[in-house]
Amino acid sequence: MQDAKGPDQFFQHALANGEISLPMCEDCGAYHFFPRVLCPHCYGAAISWRQSSGKGRVYTTTVVRRKPEHGGDYNVCMVELDEGVRMMSRVEGIAPGEVAIDMAVTAFVGEAEGVPVVLFKPSEG
Amino acid sequence: MTAQLRGKSAIVGTGHAGFGEAYGLTSYDVMAQSALAALGDAGLKMTDVDGLFCTMMEDSMPALMAAEYLGIQPRFIDGTMSGGSSFVNYLTSATMALDAGLCDVALIVYGSNQRTASGKLVTASRPPAYEAPYNPRYPISAYAMAAARHMHEYGTTREQLADVAVAARAWARHNPEAFERGPLTREDVLGARMVGDPLTVRDCCLVTDGGGAIVMVRADRARDFPKAPVYVLGSAAASSHRQISQMKDFTVTAARDSGARSFAAAGVSPSDIQAVELYDAFTINTILFLEDLGFCAKGEGGAFVEGGRIAPGGVLPVNTNGGGLSCVHPGMYGIFTVIEAARQIRGDAPGIQLKDIDLALAHGNGGVLSSQVTAILGSQNTL
Repeated sequence: MQDAKGPDQFFQHALANGEISLPMCEDCGAYHFFPRVLCPHCYGAAISWRQSSGKGRVYTTTVVRRKPEHGGDYNVCMVELDEGVRMMSRVEGIAPGEVAIDMAVTAFVGEAEGVPVVLFKPSEG
Repeated sequence: MTAQLRGKSAIVGTGHAGFGEAYGLTSYDVMAQSALAALGDAGLKMTDVDGLFCTMMEDSMPALMAAEYLGIQPRFIDGTMSGGSSFVNYLTSATMALDAGLCDVALIVYGSNQRTASGKLVTASRPPAYEAPYNPRYPISAYAMAAARHMHEYGTTREQLADVAVAARAWARHNPEAFERGPLTREDVLGARMVGDPLTVRDCCLVTDGGGAIVMVRADRARDFPKAPVYVLGSAAASSHRQISQMKDFTVTAARDSGARSFAAAGVSPSDIQAVELYDAFTINTILFLEDLGFCAKGEGGAFVEGGRIAPGGVLPVNTNGGGLSCVHPGMYGIFTVIEAARQIRGDAPGIQLKDIDLALAHGNGGVLSSQVTAILGSQNTL
């Protein structure tokens, strides 16, 4: 099966198609991230994929200070998705220093370093 | 290790080399100079070493590279790589190997030339795949996010973080071996260049060259050497993650576990400890480890360090050599926590020598708050 996809490849492939899929354990029902061949909670090996709600909150955040001539400051943060998993990302659409802990954010598929990645923007309303 | 191994091994030699700037030397040169210094301190020869405990920032087989460079064929080698905590962790494996007779003279050694070689952190670490696209600055972004979360949950302030750096500098000012010895105020730290909010460049450890080495033997022959032996009473490791994105609670480190097991093995408690040497890669580290090791409650670390309480003349001597923030930080600092703790107990600390130190704690941190290793060292009086 030359077209078989391991967990990392599955996630990246979905992302390339504009979808944020999260691995979920069939045995205990818990999500995990990063994608693996086993559930790090119960060690079950039956993993399925679910579309993420995309809804989350900023768990913590920092501004990476960078000289303007090198592109200027940017945000790096940790987002906790409603599914219970956390991922590193950045919030776009607001100044990097305006990203705040507990802020409600919504995921979208963007691009960073030339590859599709999960990014976030502040949730509306 | 367990109480069964309490006091079974002792440090009989310490050495260091290349502090600050070691122009013209490779990391392995600095490593070897450190080894010679520690062996000289112990009155031993290179040919006596039959156990080697080493890792470096370079190469995939650094322990073999070190053995080859030193010209030795050790009976026992441990090159476990858990970042800067590795060298505290080797106290456990060296004690086990010595006690089991797998070696008779254990050499723990490290060296780096990263300041003169590149001026920034040298690491063989690969950027984690699920973090790399976001360009976190390694390792500061991880520590900055831990600091931000601690401030959010517990009201810890940038002023309190700054006071950790100010205290470290106050100790370093008395230490002729320290790299940064100029005055430093809270305002200096707060007003310094912001690198990764909320941390300024003065909240970050130094980038220096330097190496360190420790010679250990079984306790039954520890009194046959020139310097007073320093016994390993407890040492324990715990790890919670490798990548910062996998850390469950950014305000609680695995030091809670490593500390508890180390104290249990040593049969002492935090209030018994007379000198505390912590791996202070960033100012938040000191606050997190004081909490997690039980010197104060979770969330109270900021208040605990405020206004000189861990500086000379304060309530608890912490990082009495000036730490990684002001003394030396050659990529991995862990070995220097053990060396300073041992020297305080022996009575030959290079800076402020505290009076009658029988019990000291050395704590190593590795990765991005990933690996935590706690050791408790004691004088002859503590056996």
